[in-house]
Amino acid sequence: MKKEVSIPSGANLTAIYRELVGNYPKFFKMDTLSKLGFLLTEMLVGEEEGRFTPREDRAVLVFSRSGCLANDLNYAKSMEEEFPSPALFVYTLPNIVAGEISIRNKYEGETSAYVLEKYDRPLIDAIVRQAFQDRITRDAIVAWIDCPSDSEWTALAWIETKD
Amino acid sequence: MTKVYCIGKGLVTPLGNTVEEVFEAAREGRSRRLFERDGFSGASFFDRIAIEAAQKAIQGIEITPRTGLVLSTTKGNIEHIGKADISLAASARSIADSIGIKTSPIVVSNACISGIAALLQGVRMIRSGEYDSVVVVGAEVHSDFVHSGFDCLKALSPEPCRPFDKDRRGLNLGEAAAAMVLSAREGEWEISDGVIRNDANHISGPSRTGEGCYKCLRYVMEGVNKEDIAFISVHGTATPYNDEMESIALYRAGLSDIPVNALKGIFGHTLGAAGILEAIVSMAAFEKGIVLPTKGFSEMGVTYPVNVSAKERPAGGKLFVKLLSGFGGVNGAMVFRKGGAQ
Repeated sequence: MKKEVSIPSGANLTAIYRELVGNYPKFFKMDTLSKLGFLLTEMLVGEEEGRFTPREDRAVLVFSRSGCLANDLNYAKSMEEEFPSPALFVYTLPNIVAGEISIRNKYEGETSAYVLEKYDRPLIDAIVRQAFQDRITRDAIVAWIDCPSDSEWTALAWIETKD
Repeated sequence: MTKVYCIGKGLVTPLGNTVEEVFEAAREGRSRRLFERDGFSGASFFDRIAIEAAQKAIQGIEITPRTGLVLSTTKGNIEHIGKADISLAASARSIADSIGIKTSPIVVSNACISGIAALLQGVRMIRSGEYDSVVVVGAEVHSDFVHSGFDCLKALSPEPCRPFDKDRRGLNLGEAAAAMVLSAREGEWEISDGVIRNDANHISGPSRTGEGCYKCLRYVMEGVNKEDIAFISVHGTATPYNDEMESIALYRAGLSDIPVNALKGIFGHTLGAAGILEAIVSMAAFEKGIVLPTKGFSEMGVTYPVNVSAKERPAGGKLFVKLLSGFGGVNGAMVFRKGGAQ
């Protein structure tokens, strides 16, 4: 059976990080969306053999409705200050979470962020199947992370394997 | 594998709203990066230009219940943050409704490679056999939000940008909308391959070895004879790091001698529109048998050799390659082949 993991809305992400990882201080610089994607992936691949060996055959495909809206609001607030925060601005793209997952795990394959009108599992499954048209991709970390604010979200992930 | 063709094109840019007009401007080196918004009173300028580009692209093409929509953008309606629903999904819905698309719209928001990523998504949807046609729209409008962000990253050039030049000082932001209709029905241009690869290195700076960009080139070259390449339309943002990275990736892929050009000196960096806009303009250049000049370039400013020129050059070949790279470590490459040439 396919392993599917999730993080309850409003959970204490720092506590989960300390329990699962603890030695990756870049975690604290991430926006909530990236923290969620990072932790979901830890839950999925933490026990995998040969982890951290660079690989090109695993894609990271992140879906949501809200994109990076929570952090967009944080950056917009920082624009009112004398010096807006570049550290916040770099997270104002929905695909940065996929980049963080790639950096952590040395995934050098395809990474993409998709925004859909709602959690539409058949549509997500279709897009993931289509991603396997890539000649190298063998499996994919797939996540639905909808994070309209820093305190409320839906966050689930699974690994899909090419038939 | 099913061949996928571009059967319709549409442009809405500050330099004109037809492919011919925009191509001539690029050829003459005229640059204009922002729209005149005088007289615009609607709720969303972003939605409006995206819809206009899509409407132009679908002229004469039937929208069926199996037509898809893919929207490519980084920030959509961000200029209205805090004042309206700025979700990218809402924009995609408004575009789909305006042109009568019944399937669920898909937004690809993959930083500056969104255009290639969205076209690749469209290609895959056609190949899946589940869609008759897919309208791929790329759009971006200028906003204080994005401007202030690139400004605080010190990525903006105080002067017109200078891709690959030794005095390049950063990018200029631009705005535009561009659309293509993809189908298995034979058209003049085939999108024969496309790929996305991550540097797995840094979220806001390119790999020092051009890793992801090199992997993209290596991937698409599996199906391409080097001598068939008319030119490579590079990303060429004119930031110090991007252009250097591209020179390394091209060198590693054995493509340093292939003519390249960058169009950011004409349009600025149009973010989510860039891939589709620059591909459409490159198609027009190929059809006229030329490599467009790289406006802003004068003296070589990257470590590895790059065959770039400030002047128009003749081009011959069967195809061109489009490259893009972006935040989040993403890189993309796509092959556009004329008339299904083998």
